[in-house]
Amino acid sequence: MNNTNFYFLKFLFSIYLGSLFVIISGGEVASKTLKIEVTNGVIEPLLIAIPKFINSGNLNALAENFSAVVADDLEGTGLFRSIPLETKISKPMSFDSPIQFSDWKSINAQALILGSVEVSGVNQISVKFRLFDVFSQAPIKGGLKFSGPEKGWRRIAHKVADEVYFRITNERKYFDSRIAFVAEEGPKNNRQKRLVVMDYDGAGQTFLTKKGGSIVLAPRFSPDGTKLLFTSYKSGFPRIYLLDIASRKTVSLHKELGTMSFSPRFSPDGRDVVYSLFKGSNADIYRLNIASNYASRLTSSTAIDTAPSFSPDGKMIVFESDRSGSQQLYLIDSSGGDAKRISLGKGRYGSPVWSPKGDLIAFTKQNNGRFHIGIMRADGSQERLLTASFLDDGATWAPNGRVVMFTRTTPGSGGSSTLYSVDIKGRNLKPVRANSSDPTWSTLLN
Amino acid sequence: MNIFSKMSLILLMFSITSCTENVLSGSEFNTNSTEVNNVNSSNYFIEVVGPSVFFGADDSLLSKEAKDTLMAQVNWLLINKQTTAVIEGHTDEQGTREYNLALGARRAAASRDFLVANGVEDSRLRILTFGKERPAEICSAELCYSKNRRSSTILDR
Repeated sequence: MNNTNFYFLKFLFSIYLGSLFVIISGGEVASKTLKIEVTNGVIEPLLIAIPKFINSGNLNALAENFSAVVADDLEGTGLFRSIPLETKISKPMSFDSPIQFSDWKSINAQALILGSVEVSGVNQISVKFRLFDVFSQAPIKGGLKFSGPEKGWRRIAHKVADEVYFRITNERKYFDSRIAFVAEEGPKNNRQKRLVVMDYDGAGQTFLTKKGGSIVLAPRFSPDGTKLLFTSYKSGFPRIYLLDIASRKTVSLHKELGTMSFSPRFSPDGRDVVYSLFKGSNADIYRLNIASNYASRLTSSTAIDTAPSFSPDGKMIVFESDRSGSQQLYLIDSSGGDAKRISLGKGRYGSPVWSPKGDLIAFTKQNNGRFHIGIMRADGSQERLLTASFLDDGATWAPNGRVVMFTRTTPGSGGSSTLYSVDIKGRNLKPVRANSSDPTWSTLLN
Repeated sequence: MNIFSKMSLILLMFSITSCTENVLSGSEFNTNSTEVNNVNSSNYFIEVVGPSVFFGADDSLLSKEAKDTLMAQVNWLLINKQTTAVIEGHTDEQGTREYNLALGARRAAASRDFLVANGVEDSRLRILTFGKERPAEICSAELCYSKNRRSSTILDR
């Protein structure tokens, strides 16, 4: 292992909310894997030391914040615990200086992230890091270098944390991602709602619709993260809209008079939209091609058919229908055809959403007056409830398919909604943002 | 008032007996709502006929009481032929957001279909769902839920 043999990742920036272009070069280095122990079903978090990234002085505050963001990302998974650093530890003075592993062992660190931040151009920074297994005193894969604008430092921190998470857990990355949701204000009978987009950890919140505007509901990210579908009452009636996040340009998609449309979602290629259209006396599932504005009808029951969601390969759609007499989950071919029921447990099932890996479907279940977020395999088997409360609804998947975020609403006249996340083992349930609802999680940013 | 209007009023009074007894026996509407005695006024529609009908949990079937109110709406709308209306459907907070949007729409459609079946022109009516977004009452108990599961016929101005 040559410690100076970095992968180089160069970021060529387009715009702040736009995507980043990444070039990867450099060779793969043999890895050694630390294990996260699971004992009696309880996860022992891996103890990781993240000393402040070494810096050239004028980036001292940024370096401190940088280490904190990396630590928050890793601790937020419930799989890591960042060790408070004691003064007796000999802090590394330079990125390439030899590591005193005995010091890190003495505070029980199992892993160590050593990093540096430096100015690499006008308003540009570059960040390097190395990851070590303290007990074997060996690096875990090679070093990495990231470059980008200083104002995008949080994204670089998320990328460092993503890489550490991936190297140690072998799970797919998800920290460098965004959440769009509905910010709520005011009493339940006159609640004001606005679309907001933020980093997955709550930083960098940007309002996308005006204060005092129409009711907006249930935004859904496009696969490339640049657009949102949502439902708005702008016309006086619920209709689905497509919003470009960078330009805020918003267009209405299904304009047929006398109809109402809601529950839109993108196809995996981003070209089509599936949604529920209420026409006449009934709601059916429709599929619309954005470029041609051509809509075709996929279901034609006399029941409520709504909340459609594509499988990641685009071949199937899961949706909910009360054709059996109560809300249940069904699969259809993504071009239509016969529906096959997959939810077979007690209670009502709604708001299904297919996982990005394709193996699981998350849903809302109502049973005995309680609400649950649950997951099941795509054939309906192996149902597992992750949460229980007065009202949980509207799951969205993290890009790696290991975590879901949802809305929890409390009862009563003063009740409010909060975004929560939980992992697919039902662990690590935690609030993400108060006075918020209807989260949608983007894919991993480029 | 012509013969036709009088007959309609009699029919209307007959069809909403429980409601009219309560309202017309009180003096408050005579003092607060100057137009309530004008059977063709929108105030009369709001205060006497009643814009709202109520539904059972997760249901869009019209009860006998709901049909009585809607029949009174029919009679008013058949007299006031220039008036158009939006029928809003609502749900209680129990239930998922997306299902409730559809359920509210189905309730509004059930009320509209009743009005149309009894002679109101379809072109005068539009339906709108709010799902659970605009409850009438905001406690988390059946007392409030039963008032939130409703469709309301809102006359256009």
